Amino acid sequence: MSELLKITDLNVEFVTRRGTIKAAQDINLTVAPGEVLGLVGESGAGKSTIGNAIIDLLEHPGRVSGGSVLFQGEEIRGRSEAEMRSIRGDRIGMIFQDPQTALNPLMTVGDQLVETIIKTRGYDQKRAVECAIELLEGVGIDNAELRLKAYPHQFSGGMRQRVVIALALAGKPELIIADEPTTALDVSIQAQILDLIKQLCEERQLGVIIVTHDIGVIASIATRVAVMYRGKIVETGDVAQILGDPQHEYTKALISAVPRADKKYHRFEAVDYIEGGASRKPIDIATHWLGKARHQSEDETPAVSVKNLDLSFTLQSALLKKNRKMLRAVNNVNFDIKPGETFGIVGESGSGKSTIARLIAGLYTPDRGEISIQGQSVLGNQRDPQIKQARRKLQMIFQDPYSSLNSRMNVMNIVAEPIRFYKLTSSEAETRQIVGDLLDHVGLGAAVANRYPHEFSGGQRQRISIARALATRPQILICDEPTSALDVSIQAQILNLLKDLQEDLGLTMLFISHDLPVIRQTCDRIAVMRSGQICELAETEELFNNPQHEYSKHLLGLMPKLDLLG
Amino acid sequence: MFAFIARRLAQSILVMAVVSAVAFSLFNFVGDPVNNMVGQDATRERRAEIRLQLGLDDPIPVQYVRFVSNMLQGDFGISYRIKQPVDKLILERLPATLELVFVSAIISLIVGIVAGVYTGIHRNSWISRSILSSSLIGVSLPTFIIGIALIYIFAVHLRWLPSSGRAGTIDFGWWKTSLLSLEGWRSILLPAITLSLFQLTMILRLVRAEMMEVMQTDFIKFARARGLSERAINYGHALRNTLVPVITIIGLNIGGLIAFSVITETVFQWPGTGLMFIQAVDFVDVPIMSAYLVFVAILFVIINLVVDLLYAAVDPRIRIGNA
Repeated sequence: MSELLKITDLNVEFVTRRGTIKAAQDINLTVAPGEVLGLVGESGAGKSTIGNAIIDLLEHPGRVSGGSVLFQGEEIRGRSEAEMRSIRGDRIGMIFQDPQTALNPLMTVGDQLVETIIKTRGYDQKRAVECAIELLEGVGIDNAELRLKAYPHQFSGGMRQRVVIALALAGKPELIIADEPTTALDVSIQAQILDLIKQLCEERQLGVIIVTHDIGVIASIATRVAVMYRGKIVETGDVAQILGDPQHEYTKALISAVPRADKKYHRFEAVDYIEGGASRKPIDIATHWLGKARHQSEDETPAVSVKNLDLSFTLQSALLKKNRKMLRAVNNVNFDIKPGETFGIVGESGSGKSTIARLIAGLYTPDRGEISIQGQSVLGNQRDPQIKQARRKLQMIFQDPYSSLNSRMNVMNIVAEPIRFYKLTSSEAETRQIVGDLLDHVGLGAAVANRYPHEFSGGQRQRISIARALATRPQILICDEPTSALDVSIQAQILNLLKDLQEDLGLTMLFISHDLPVIRQTCDRIAVMRSGQICELAETEELFNNPQHEYSKHLLGLMPKLDLLG
Repeated sequence: MFAFIARRLAQSILVMAVVSAVAFSLFNFVGDPVNNMVGQDATRERRAEIRLQLGLDDPIPVQYVRFVSNMLQGDFGISYRIKQPVDKLILERLPATLELVFVSAIISLIVGIVAGVYTGIHRNSWISRSILSSSLIGVSLPTFIIGIALIYIFAVHLRWLPSSGRAGTIDFGWWKTSLLSLEGWRSILLPAITLSLFQLTMILRLVRAEMMEVMQTDFIKFARARGLSERAINYGHALRNTLVPVITIIGLNIGGLIAFSVITETVFQWPGTGLMFIQAVDFVDVPIMSAYLVFVAILFVIINLVVDLLYAAVDPRIRIGNA
């Protein structure tokens, strides 16, 4: 009896008015002590549902409709609420995705730990405090005794996730279910947290189920992998086998969509297994309205030029200058983007990369410095027709496809708005024709024009954003983390689309991302940013093969190794 | 912290300056004060003499400065009707109003929060549903109708409680209380319930909505996943997180209670400042009206300052210094 957890034929369904949705079907899984099982799949695949079903915390109206869950040889399905409560925390611990929201903001970390320890281990107050200190030290928090009195907001994201792990370990569980434990964290923190989980798993012989959408996480921590697709496990196996020699079509498609940091592809292979129907009907650019503003490639003026750019945010305002706290979000930044190239900016959160995008797009005004678009300075009076003209050539695609589209406007009006604003066509009929063509071109089809944003998935919304950006016939696109809210397969499709558009229209792109593999696949030159400054600016291949700056080396070293992918 | 209080005080002074200007303008725009003070048959010379005595011939700014400086020294003038200093009259009546507001605030807080938490957790039970539907009555019926209905049921029909007035008071010289005798409690109960109903409903619905939202958060799910008991989750984790918005509303509402007490005091003939104000309106007793205005404004300002300080006590994320 070597298995810690054995799930047989588990079925989970959600009963709604519109019928029963089978969220998980015939799931079979085992976890042994000291083993990390990776449960991988894209959003909606049902992977979190399984984690919740094990400890009987399914959201209403979800319910387990069949199968068995054996934990240390005992059936734990169909137990009473009180019995389940003594299993949760004591024997099965759970780690949540977002450390910002997983802790009670109004209670000190110590109180939350002590409360949990008293409940799970039955210690008295004094012993529970000692134990809490031990736990915090165990997850790598310094000055644990002092930090007990701190509130969650006084910890950084990574430290908070350590506290969450300490809480999950408070009852000495034998099994840990980690639901996307690093998705909300920066790469460097991600590596530390994964190391910590792995180390705890080995030291204490814990069984770990790690639920994630990220193949990189799986590659760096899991021993075995189960791949989920639409509520079913399509393939289970050793991590090397699944990543190196996938058998199922879906697994193959999923792995081919993962951006690689070690080599550059021209484009991602066929990834249409997941979101079908995204076939493009490209328009003939050479004769179409859209192609008429194509940039003349002989011109060598930088598409975007940034000189000595500075911007500070006020953190705390005060009457006296010495009491003011300022954050130098962008600190003396210089670069030129050549026409037709894709220029990447990479950095961790807070490095100022998005601030630069917003400065160039004119959403912020710099304290100091110079920004020009195709040689035309765009600072100063924004009503100046020349500045307006230059600004029109530059459009932006935002990170969050859910909040960047007005939910009260239909797709026709969303895409037509910039055309109408700049009066780029001579008649309304022409505008409508062009919007239809644009929607065809980005792979949505002209028929969607009358629908509203909420009817679309994240990837489709991002296509709408792209169509909208194209509607002013821009020559420069700023993409601020355009795919970080999307699943890998959708990400691959969007990146392919951007690449095609760039080739067809000769676009210049400024591509901002925290994701090194994505940057490598898309960009020609890369600037690495840290604390508002550019540490290193180099050709992509140069940077990945031979980084010069310490920080670049550090960042590259943190990337999950995908050698297993062969 | 100190800077915060200083800034708040400065804002409060501005508010008080505006309110006192309004209060001052009452003297000049609501009837002729001299007419209100002297009989119909007073001679022209007598009127001129009083005008001179009251300084009504001075330029308006001079009068305003005099009004404010008198006010700062606690001198709100003399009631036209009762011929006594207004500050003394208000101080005499104040305990009655404050006790009424206090008791009804306690009723609405306790009942509102308990019922709000209950209906937030047991969303679909029949008790929750009946609490919610009956609470609608609290907001939709005007205060005076509720007051009259309560008088009809408990005083006229059942004869359990007195219908009006303030009985059983014990006098400490500077404060007359009705909270130390059974008779006093019997007389305060009906007006306090009447006054509390509106606030109670609001607090109930707010706590319920907040509670339902908090129950959906990750930290509640995480607390469940650690096996904490329902009681620890509901009262230890969820309730405190609902309190920040509740405190805001309570702060505004206690001010509202004082304002609403005008109606309740009239219905129950409760001898507080609200009743005094209504009577003053009847007789165009301008000094009392303007003093009441200033007095309510001061209370609002103080309550809001206390509420802002309370935020920081409840929520450690709010750093008062940065506010």
